[in-house]
Amino acid sequence: MTPGLPHFLIVGAFLFAFGILCVMTRRNAVGVLMGVELILNSANINFIAFAHFSGTAQTRIDGHVFALFCIVLAALECAVALAIVMAIYRNFNKLIDMEELTTLRE
Amino acid sequence: MNNIIYSVIFYVLAAMVIGSAGYVAISKNIVRCAFALVYTFLGVAGLFVLLSADFIAATQVLIYVGGTLVLILFAVMLSSRISEIRISNQSVGRVPGFFITICFGAILIYVAVSGQWPVTEKVDFSPTTASIGNALLGKWLLPFEVVSILILSGLMGAVVIARRKRMPKGDEK
Repeated sequence: MTPGLPHFLIVGAFLFAFGILCVMTRRNAVGVLMGVELILNSANINFIAFAHFSGTAQTRIDGHVFALFCIVLAALECAVALAIVMAIYRNFNKLIDMEELTTLRE
Repeated sequence: MNNIIYSVIFYVLAAMVIGSAGYVAISKNIVRCAFALVYTFLGVAGLFVLLSADFIAATQVLIYVGGTLVLILFAVMLSSRISEIRISNQSVGRVPGFFITICFGAILIYVAVSGQWPVTEKVDFSPTTASIGNALLGKWLLPFEVVSILILSGLMGAVVIARRKRMPKGDEK
């Protein structure tokens, strides 16, 4: 059976579910960041799959451009998040534990 | 014959992506998580090639594998102590997490399978780079410029956040 649009959407759904699991349960901030990257990748798979299977000649490129913006913003988000991780690492006694970062709440 | 090759490549790539993403989600060792993420990103790039997105696949390899992942590995290596690397990526609330994940994944897969998606009959595998360039500097010119300003401000923000605070003169401990 040749893979069609639902096959790619299912791969994207798995990736999204694993990303959600990562974001919800991780204690290490870098682990949470990896989950966010998984979620963004699943969104990219869906963009490109829809562009490939249900785009016309005019609209096909739009999905590609969306995915391109998504990749660029993911890289930017990663840079900012890692700067925050480094700042936490210096200011919170070498712990990057999401359970401990409650200073803003108190 | 062509369809069989396409299917085999798709299933191999899908297994690689899903398996390594699952490893990222449940492994306790954060260095292994980071290296499993390499396989996820490479598999997603392969899926992009199958979806006739050659430029996006190359961008994925260049930016994700070459840039984002190196940044993540930097953070991992700089911030985790070697003695506790085996338990460096622990999880909390696994049972409700798995429950919500399974519910969410089931809903998404149900929607993906049962949805009546509009599918065009003719699928072409032509190169996309030239038309992406035309679209970026034509129809999408304003978002392109906004993204460039956003990247500039984001990089400046990252530098400001990550820089060590400098003590004012005469105020040193």
